[in-house]
Amino acid sequence: MSAIYVARSKSVAARMLGDQMMIMSAKDSTLFDLNDTASAIWQAADGQTPLEEIVEREVCANFEVKPEEAMEDAKAFVHELAGHGIMVVSDRPISEAEAQAKMRINVEESAKAEESVKAQDGKKSEGPK
Amino acid sequence: MNLLEELGAKAARLGVPFSVHLDITYRCNERCVHCYLDHDDHGEMNTAEIKKLLGELAEAGVFMLTLSGGEIMLRKDFFEILERAHELGFLIKLKTNAILIGEHDAERMRELGVEAVQVSIYSHRPEVHDAITKVPGSLKRSLKAIRFLKAKGLVVTIANVLMRETAQDYPGVQALAEELGVMSQLDPTVTPMMDGDRSILALNANLDTVREVFRDQGEMVEEFCGVPGGASEDTLDSAPCSAGHTACYVSPYGDVYPCVQFPLPSGNVRRTKFVDIWKHSEQLNEVRSIRLRDLPSCSQCVHVGSCTRCPGLAYLEGNMRGPSIQDCEKSFARTGVPSVNLLAKQEAARAGGGLSGHAAGLVQIQGQIQVAGLAPAV
Repeated sequence: MSAIYVARSKSVAARMLGDQMMIMSAKDSTLFDLNDTASAIWQAADGQTPLEEIVEREVCANFEVKPEEAMEDAKAFVHELAGHGIMVVSDRPISEAEAQAKMRINVEESAKAEESVKAQDGKKSEGPK
Repeated sequence: MNLLEELGAKAARLGVPFSVHLDITYRCNERCVHCYLDHDDHGEMNTAEIKKLLGELAEAGVFMLTLSGGEIMLRKDFFEILERAHELGFLIKLKTNAILIGEHDAERMRELGVEAVQVSIYSHRPEVHDAITKVPGSLKRSLKAIRFLKAKGLVVTIANVLMRETAQDYPGVQALAEELGVMSQLDPTVTPMMDGDRSILALNANLDTVREVFRDQGEMVEEFCGVPGGASEDTLDSAPCSAGHTACYVSPYGDVYPCVQFPLPSGNVRRTKFVDIWKHSEQLNEVRSIRLRDLPSCSQCVHVGSCTRCPGLAYLEGNMRGPSIQDCEKSFARTGVPSVNLLAKQEAARAGGGLSGHAAGLVQIQGQIQVAGLAPAV
């Protein structure tokens, strides 16, 4: 299995509230509320540490869970956050600049997609009756 | 309860200031006739002071940060402030008239993580909007900026205020918002100036107009305008609003208030660390101690569970535990049922003026409402 690297996007709003992390996606304005395990993964996502190591250190060491199960859950979690532009996922280490650049592309794509949908809606309303 | 409300409720339980409204200047390049601010600079916080404050807000747990004014773009260090706010991970909202926002500025705002921008628009007709702002060409410039902001993917909301002079234009503003692909909101109340001057309340739309606006709620009208049903024990045990509980306001001079509309001096961040004001200010703790059942007349009113009563407006009328006449008027306009406070005023007028009869009484209440909205605080 090849390594997975994860990095927090710099373009998100995030704050701890008690033991939960609140994160707002800049890509689609979705608000997330992470539990303590997810918050620990998010905070450890430095782009340089493999996800497997993060899971072992932050999840398996603190919670009673099988490593394979924890890794599967973690992969699903990071890919979900990546879909909202909150995290960057790669098969090689991610530099800060790369995390920023990927996030920016995500945001611009999102804006273009929104404009495209609007344009299509416009065409529909102008179509033959 | 949606996630944001759940997080707000959790913040209230933990005593965390979930959101802060920070005015970075009172200076403005428009002179809106209804504005509640004095636009002179009486000693704004400098860049270093604001950056230090932002650090204190983050440390205290503030998540939602609204940067407003005055006009935020008049500060030469605006983007430096925004950059610091972004680094500190705030969920950032901006309030602006937008007339100085160009395409590059919109792009910078997007890069710096701004979540939403609220732009003030008072009419879809340039001659009406520009007469409110007293800046010729301001509507055109604001709309151009909205298009830049939208093109960069920012969430934009048009904020309109219902006034006597603009009342007939609110459907036009809504249509304009739709055309621009942005949201719109309408505030039916012109509020007193922060120094307590109530003269601008004369700009408020009359009660018939407010009633029409409330009736214009589509499918929601039955629920929204229905006869109020009082309040449960749980409601009576709840806080009147988030001011001082999970939210507060900081002025450009570092003064902390429970809310921008609640100018109760509660400390100054130039002298005291924000978190210490938040936790230990006597004024904020007094505001926090008030529950709906503690309001002498409002707790007895049929509207208590659904009224938009603003503790800040009540404070400006002289008693933070008292009614806010403007909200009594709105509850009446919405439902046709007079509040306890309006009935007391009606009774007082009847005793003094010899009115009799139910119908005459209600007509008189309408007359009083308009007068009461213009009258100085009693």
